[in-house]
Amino acid sequence: MRLAIASLLLGLWAGSAPALELGVTWLHRVVPPPPVLSNLDPVPEDLGRAGAELGLRDNRTTGQFLGHSYGLSESDVPEGGDILAVARDALAQSPFLIVDAPAADLLAIADLPEAQGALIFNAAAPETALRSGDCRANLLHTLPSRAMLADALMQGLASKRWTDLALITGPRDADHAWAEAMKASAAKFRLRARGEAVWDEAADMRRNASQEVPLFTQGFRDHDVLLIADEAHDFARYIAYNTWLPRPVAGSAGMMPAAWSRVVEQWGAAQLQSRFEELAGRPMQDRDYAAWAAFRALGEAVTRTGSADPAELRAYMLGDDFELAGFKGSPLSFRPWNGQLRQPIPLVTDQAVVAVAPMEGFLHQGNELDTLGLDRPDSACTQFD
Amino acid sequence: MTRCLTALCLILALPAFAGGEIWVTNEKDDTISVIDIDSMEVTRTIPTGERPRGITFSHDYSRVYICASDSDSVQVMDPDTGKILHDLPSGEDPEQFILHPDDRHLWIANEDDAVTTVVDVDSRTVIAQINVGIEPEGMAVNKAGTIVVTTSETTNMAHWIDAATHKIIANTLVDSRPRHAEFVKDDTELWVSSEIGGTVTVFGTESKEERARITFAIQGVHPDRIQPVGFEFTPDGKTAFVALGPANHVAVINAETYEVEEYILTGRRVWHMAFSPDHSQLFTTNGISGDVTVIDVASRKPLKSIKVGRFPWGAAMRPGAS
Repeated sequence: MRLAIASLLLGLWAGSAPALELGVTWLHRVVPPPPVLSNLDPVPEDLGRAGAELGLRDNRTTGQFLGHSYGLSESDVPEGGDILAVARDALAQSPFLIVDAPAADLLAIADLPEAQGALIFNAAAPETALRSGDCRANLLHTLPSRAMLADALMQGLASKRWTDLALITGPRDADHAWAEAMKASAAKFRLRARGEAVWDEAADMRRNASQEVPLFTQGFRDHDVLLIADEAHDFARYIAYNTWLPRPVAGSAGMMPAAWSRVVEQWGAAQLQSRFEELAGRPMQDRDYAAWAAFRALGEAVTRTGSADPAELRAYMLGDDFELAGFKGSPLSFRPWNGQLRQPIPLVTDQAVVAVAPMEGFLHQGNELDTLGLDRPDSACTQFD
Repeated sequence: MTRCLTALCLILALPAFAGGEIWVTNEKDDTISVIDIDSMEVTRTIPTGERPRGITFSHDYSRVYICASDSDSVQVMDPDTGKILHDLPSGEDPEQFILHPDDRHLWIANEDDAVTTVVDVDSRTVIAQINVGIEPEGMAVNKAGTIVVTTSETTNMAHWIDAATHKIIANTLVDSRPRHAEFVKDDTELWVSSEIGGTVTVFGTESKEERARITFAIQGVHPDRIQPVGFEFTPDGKTAFVALGPANHVAVINAETYEVEEYILTGRRVWHMAFSPDHSQLFTTNGISGDVTVIDVASRKPLKSIKVGRFPWGAAMRPGAS
């Protein structure tokens, strides 16, 4: 199958006429980040997109030796814009989409008549339901679900015997979803809840944390670790060292589970980090990694099959022979029951990797990576049968 | 009495016969640990440039070449004094290299640059740069000196390069993250290890087609942790020793049947290795445990661990003065 996407190709492909061309669209819904107290870590404008661009470069380098050519077209849809119209146009050009958009957009795109038989990668939506009851046969997930992140964190805590947990949840929906994932995982690994509270402080914590946080945390029963659910990284950074009891924090500050972080440097990751820095001028983040992994997974499948047919590539990616070298110490592969990319989850601080889940001793009859997130019996997905 | 003396003589004579040194680069210490093979102790620790990895000696052992990856140079050292004589231009981030049989051309894998660089060590100039796949690492040259192979870790290929024209003549796919390559059995075969794929692929040199793919299984070790990296052959070409990374074992392979015969326990994350001059012992670098395991080749048993620096990576043998 040859795709007429020459006009979309970024840059120039030097060489003789390629034997195979594969074009991918990176489709992005612009979602303004919620206001946060600190100015230290602005959300990069090219978050995710830079990862897809690195994936393009990596695939092209490989493709040049095989006569395979790759292209990437990028579409930003503003808030309120018609993402389905853009998706239809993109699907008319190529059946391969990497989507960085909220779950509702993602499902609407996957359900388009034009998307049947297409191959769509979710590189930004962490909702666990997308890997369960809301799964779609044409939708694969390279970003870990919240359940995978929570399981990684709880395995880390359990292996430290830090069993007693208190929890502060932020006010936003995403914070509640992340808190629910952590609570479910804590129950799964038999950790104990020692109190929880919803963060409702309006004061500027940059000035007030030392007065407010001790009072706020005084009511928790004794605990080993204080969990914080704050996906926008708004208030979580002001909690550590201001708590009533001297306890480590984890979740959205302190020790955090991550698909990717600049502190990952083992397993050849230093090379991926430096390639990314050179391209984007900033460290690689989780959504960059997910977009990179999506494009690389496609590239790997094209390399091994010599095909650009979405059905053939999907079958290969979901099969036993597929493996992607993802710079996290173990080969990455897709779960054939819900299309989620299996991957180790590092537990990181701002400055170092603390541990990498799955932790030693958390065993699985098939693949230990499946101790993270929805294992086959846990997933209500039936679209992949 | 006479027999006793003979035996004693043999014992005394043996170390002198073996002799020599193993040079180990310590990636995170910016040093080389020199192990004396007779005493099995580190006798010298020599400072190098930043992040030393690949290491090899000139054919007369009068110079040692060191990939100082983060210094973006190949350093040339006098092994007697430990002094750096000069740096060679190497391209960015040299990781591993191979010295051509002509003793004059170093072929260097530039990990961050997707390039293989050819350097003339006499004129100290770059002769050629060849575009290869992403993260080139493994380097091999055949005895005839006609073909050089670079493996690229992210592109998952062995690139076959004509040593005279510097042109790529073939690209062969291997499993994920190829790390090391060697021409063996009088250049009739090329072996390539794939770290993430967990395999060693054997190619026929003439056909450039796959002849075998060797897999590994160790009881009690998860398959994902079996990550083949460096390997060495006995001089008769009949036995291969393959380091299996975080599986903390070296596999012994019958190179004629491609069967794994045995697994030998080593330190943690075993990387590369070098034989003693008489090939009776094998020294493996163990990245995570920061030591070197000495293996007795005949009995296939580990003899000793020798503490070196942080993240020992490359290993090269220097024969004794005899």
